[in-house]
Amino acid sequence: MKKKLLSLIMTGALVMAMTACGGSTGASGNSGSGATGNGELTGTLKLGVIGPLTGPAAIYGNAVANGAQIAVDEINALGTGFSIELNAQDDEHDAEKSVNAYHQLQDWGVQAIAGTVTTTPCIAVSAEANSDRVFMLTPSASATSVTDGKDNVFQLCFADPNQGSASAQYIADNNLATKVAVIYNNADAYSTGIYQTFKSKASELGLQIVSETTFTDDTTDFSVQVGDAQSNGAELVFLPIYYTPASLILQQASSAGYKPKFFGVDGMDGILTIEGFDTSLAEGVMLLTPFSADATDDLTANFVKAYNDKYGEVPSQFAADGYDCPYAIMAALKFYAGKNGGLDVTGMSAEKLCDILIKVFADPDFSVDGVTGLGMRWNSNGEVNKEPKAVVIQNGAYVGM
Amino acid sequence: MLAHLINGISLGSIYAIIALGYTMVYGIAKMLNFAHGDVIMVGGYVSFCSMMYLGLPAPVAILAAVFVCTVLGIVVERLAYKPLRAATSLAVLITAIGMSYFLQNAALLIWGANPKAFPNMFKNIEAIEFAGARVSPVAIVSIVANLIIMIALTLFTTRTKVGKAMRAVSEDKGAATLMGINVNFTISLTFAIGSGLAAIAGVLLCTAYPTLMPTTGSMPGIKAFTAAVFGGIGSIPGAMIGGILLGIIEILARAYISSELADAIVFGVLIVVLIFRPTGLLGKQVHEKV
Repeated sequence: MKKKLLSLIMTGALVMAMTACGGSTGASGNSGSGATGNGELTGTLKLGVIGPLTGPAAIYGNAVANGAQIAVDEINALGTGFSIELNAQDDEHDAEKSVNAYHQLQDWGVQAIAGTVTTTPCIAVSAEANSDRVFMLTPSASATSVTDGKDNVFQLCFADPNQGSASAQYIADNNLATKVAVIYNNADAYSTGIYQTFKSKASELGLQIVSETTFTDDTTDFSVQVGDAQSNGAELVFLPIYYTPASLILQQASSAGYKPKFFGVDGMDGILTIEGFDTSLAEGVMLLTPFSADATDDLTANFVKAYNDKYGEVPSQFAADGYDCPYAIMAALKFYAGKNGGLDVTGMSAEKLCDILIKVFADPDFSVDGVTGLGMRWNSNGEVNKEPKAVVIQNGAYVGM
Repeated sequence: MLAHLINGISLGSIYAIIALGYTMVYGIAKMLNFAHGDVIMVGGYVSFCSMMYLGLPAPVAILAAVFVCTVLGIVVERLAYKPLRAATSLAVLITAIGMSYFLQNAALLIWGANPKAFPNMFKNIEAIEFAGARVSPVAIVSIVANLIIMIALTLFTTRTKVGKAMRAVSEDKGAATLMGINVNFTISLTFAIGSGLAAIAGVLLCTAYPTLMPTTGSMPGIKAFTAAVFGGIGSIPGAMIGGILLGIIEILARAYISSELADAIVFGVLIVVLIFRPTGLLGKQVHEKV
């Protein structure tokens, strides 16, 4: 306890000293130092990525790190005088290891962080980064507790609640159904969060929820939940859950002879890659996701090609989130440089950069086009506002709707 | 209601087949084999690999799973439990828990943590309509398999010489040895039969709920253990009744009370039964002789 208190005081003192420093350079920054004077962005940014590169959630962390690496390679190849140095650290989806990884990045001289990838570690690291004044843009940690009360943390992915209301909106706008069933995991914050906003938006839009059933992490028998939806005549089953239980629900609905429309959220992404899964069961399943690899716009097509060339696979939504992060940070720095007569980021303190990035990201005029959405804007809470794309599974592949 | 009952009986049948393994091993070796649930998982993986990687037809895959699990059961007994035959029951129990962790982590190493979707073996068979309820082929197969296994085991333990030897060992190990029964062989045989049944239960379980992970066997294992205690541990018909009742209670609790509380209700029923009938529904009242 005493030790903790001491370290707290020390950190406090350090932060004070640093902010004082940052303040003085900030003042001089406007008058010339750190700015090139021609409105251009120059210098090298040290960008850190934290995510699970090994362990059970490794597919997410590696996808983000790979996506970010491609973006950094592309940015550095532009030859504009601005470049990014990337450093990806492993946290094994563990909060404690994630904080260690963060400290390792600080020793390296990190100026901004694209991370962390998963929610629980992100809550831990963002608290540290908030007191250290280090800017964080998380590609994929979607819980609201990641950004709550932390002005320095922004999300590139949808916050959980937004997915629920966006799904209800999409179902209503496209007249997919009027009678809806929801099956959600009430032991999981992600699932219940989406369910709650879905429910309130659905009643607002006149969608009738005829069946609401729950399950917990260990559940494998969904006959009751599927049967309830079926006997109440639901035309569409909304599944704000991860793909593993979703695969069981699809199978058990099929064996019960129940063929409604199924509608999922980003947790459904991955269902086609389960080994041994009969993809014909997922035929016609719709899901709301910010990214679909078969979209035909130039941004997506280039990214998918580059990713496939380098890593030999089709990028997932996480890879796309990772890809957008360096671009969003570069766009923010450019935005600032353009308004303040240029910016040289080499050796700039993380605190000063944090102030700049917070100001720009919260600016209503600032928007970014990325592979996970056009015209992404952020509010000062750190939540992103972008149009979700709906995809449908056809012949074992995602097709845009 | 009828649909829930049928689902319950089908789930209960799987529990019953697993419970048999617990009950037989307990009856004969007087130990709780907590690694039994993980043998189910191994059976699931072996049949999965036979079908997906070797392209074998489903019946061959089931036989392969039964074979591998039978051998596994014998090996586990020989390596882990036999050296502890004279040890305290606590030491054996802890060894069994250790074995369970060993099997789970070995599976994690070999097959990885990502869940696999078990292929549907009855894909081309249509479900049957029965009084307005749909009965899936896997439910019918589970129920029929359970009945056949139960009858066969009852006949085996009452009519054959080896079966009678088994019952003799379960009643009094020392006296059975004096009568010329090979106790070690009998115990090995019990493990072999129990593990072979676990493989069948594994295949049925994974076909009904097609997700396969290194921890797939733990929860059904514990539920089946509950079923065995519920019906009276050591009793073969008790395992069947306990399993089916447990399955029905679980499904009905989930349907009419609450899906979160279903497991709590299942284990709560166990506690109530044990308060009023400490030996389970069909367990024999054994008086300790002093």
